[in-house]
Amino acid sequence: MIEVAGVTKRYGGTVAVADVSFHVAPGEVLALVGDSGSGKTTTLKMINRLVEPDAGRVRVDGRDTLTLEPHVLRRSIGYVLQGAGLFPHRTVAENVAVPLRLLGWPRDRIDVRVAELLALVELDESLAGRLPAALSGGEQQRVGVARALAASPRVMLLDEPFGALDPLTRDRLQRSFDALRRRLALTAVFVTHDMAEAVTLADRIGVMRGGRLVQLGSPAELVRAPADEGVARMLDTPRRQARLVADRLEGRA
Amino acid sequence: MSEQLALLPGYLSAHVRLTLAALAAGILLAVPSGILVHRVRALEMPVLTLAGVIQTVPALALLAAMVPLLSALGLPGIGPLPAFLALVLYSLLPILRNTVTGLGGVDLAVVEAARSLGMTSGQRLWQVELPLALPVVVAGVRTAAVWTVGMATLSTPVGAPSLGNYIFGGLQTRNSAAILTGCVASAVLALVLDGLVRLGATGLAGRRRGLLAGAGLGLAALAAWAWMPAVRTEYAATARPILVGAKTFTEQYVLAEVLAGVVRAETGRSARVLASLGSTVAFDALRRGEIDVYVDYTGTLWATVMGRKGAAPPREEVRDGVRRWLKEEAGVTLAASLGFENAYCFAVRGETADRLGLRTLGDLARHASSLSLASDYEFFAREEWRAVESAYGLVFRERRTMDPSLLYQAIDTGQVDAITAYSSDGRIDALGLVVLEDERRAIPPYDAVVLAGPRLSREAPEVLATLRSLEGAIDAATMRGLNRLVDEQGLSPAAAAARFLAAPPVGGT
Repeated sequence: MIEVAGVTKRYGGTVAVADVSFHVAPGEVLALVGDSGSGKTTTLKMINRLVEPDAGRVRVDGRDTLTLEPHVLRRSIGYVLQGAGLFPHRTVAENVAVPLRLLGWPRDRIDVRVAELLALVELDESLAGRLPAALSGGEQQRVGVARALAASPRVMLLDEPFGALDPLTRDRLQRSFDALRRRLALTAVFVTHDMAEAVTLADRIGVMRGGRLVQLGSPAELVRAPADEGVARMLDTPRRQARLVADRLEGRA
Repeated sequence: MSEQLALLPGYLSAHVRLTLAALAAGILLAVPSGILVHRVRALEMPVLTLAGVIQTVPALALLAAMVPLLSALGLPGIGPLPAFLALVLYSLLPILRNTVTGLGGVDLAVVEAARSLGMTSGQRLWQVELPLALPVVVAGVRTAAVWTVGMATLSTPVGAPSLGNYIFGGLQTRNSAAILTGCVASAVLALVLDGLVRLGATGLAGRRRGLLAGAGLGLAALAAWAWMPAVRTEYAATARPILVGAKTFTEQYVLAEVLAGVVRAETGRSARVLASLGSTVAFDALRRGEIDVYVDYTGTLWATVMGRKGAAPPREEVRDGVRRWLKEEAGVTLAASLGFENAYCFAVRGETADRLGLRTLGDLARHASSLSLASDYEFFAREEWRAVESAYGLVFRERRTMDPSLLYQAIDTGQVDAITAYSSDGRIDALGLVVLEDERRAIPPYDAVVLAGPRLSREAPEVLATLRSLEGAIDAATMRGLNRLVDEQGLSPAAAAARFLAAPPVGGT
């Protein structure tokens, strides 16, 4: 569904992303994990051409992304930003309707679809007329997801979608997303620096460091045969923490 | 006061037309430029610097600079055009700067969201960036609106009627009712415009259609009224009226009203006074046909316009020289010599003259180093001052420049020791001032003469004939009396002129 082949991005003298390649199968969710500056977000943005690659090719649904106008390409791909990136001067319903209006849907169909989407992301209908500022962070992020899903894209890109939320909200949203993506058979790439989140939500994980894709595989593969010391440590940390939490909660330490 | 209020529709509507037109042009220029600057960052420094430099030019200077600039381009250098252009330039900076700031302040995450959803560059601008920048842009427009209303009052001296006519005229003729009317009216106009813009912006941002419509209606009504033909004809009669110019002092206002009155009475043509023109602005305007007639003084023409230096010949010789020169060099007709002089002269308090034994400028020169002198805006820049300075070796302890209407008050209250007075001014006698004799004739004679522009001579010979009949019609005593009516008794120049026209004390020749 998504084929990334040898993409590279330089900013001035520094290489942000170096020769990264991977495939994402239909219905698969891939997590890109790495520290800040590892090139994971830049790689994500090269898929819908928010960032133009200096070299390499990207295909989405079999088509070279360079054959499409960038805005046309983006309308077919859902995109969720950290902190939702909602339009502060538009109501919840209007925010969700933006992709539909860009596609020229008629008014009555938009209204029906918006109601459907709000239900899908478990938002109360009464919020439809509110401005984003009146919503909690979790609610805002749900609106962001609803907006990304509005035009029924088959591919979703998510840039640290749950990064700015409190742990409880985060957990609830993660579970909603997991349910949604199975129900809609979404193909998705999401960026996170949280290995626990990647393990929970992704079918496969790509570990990035210094602009390179260091290892790509299922969580089990990564644990069994980590490419290097760093990858091993990244996977070990959440495990150790989880064990520690479980031990203390059960009074064993 | 009611006399002042009767002038309000004319002045106010002209002011509103000027302000709204300039503001609209300013918005249409500055907002797109701001968008361009926001998108092409390399332009930011040069464009904002240029707008900032324009802003540092004093408003009055910017207006004054438009006059020769437009004339050099062959466009009308006096009237609403120079005022409009200067106001547009002045309104650019606040709107431009706020547009750039407003667009720059839009949350980058929101802009990225707009891109990621597949908005084109134009959709992003109209649906996201501009609406979010709107409050800041509107703040700039409000600043510009208030500035423009204020600065439009300064457009009177370049020949654009405005509420400034109240203020300039009122200052010269010491008419506080007029000054007050002008100030209050422009303050109210500024508040109303500011309020309407703010109301519209609130309506737009909060999506309250009622507010938006109300503000739009308010602005539309204001514009419709200002451009309404009935209101405009207050100022511009259908057939082109004879335009009578006046410089910036009482005598000029009165004489302009007298000339206009005579033209109306004798020829039946409409005539309109264009008041408060700068001294050389008036002459250039006449030469180019932007005004038809005004009164000037032979000495001024001799020294300033013709550039003659040194001691001047006697009165008749100067007048004939000026007449010839005007005809040959400028195509201007000296239609009549009114019969009095209004010379620059040096005056001191009677008490000062007695104490120091001052009778002539030579006497003054001996004591000048311990005395202070005040003059009007232009004298120290004129040939006459250089002539007097070198003829008598005048060096004063202090030289001050002030509005001509304040000179007499300054000497009467002892704030200065000597002033340059105008010999026909009624206040010389009223305040007991002593005029010092120019025994070396450094200052030329200043016969008041009626000048007619080339177009008037060509197209309206009957008006020219009427003007010629004013030869010797006003002697020095009459002129001083008329000036006193305005300066001391608070009549309007038009009322003083009407009194003269009803019963001219000296008949024409």
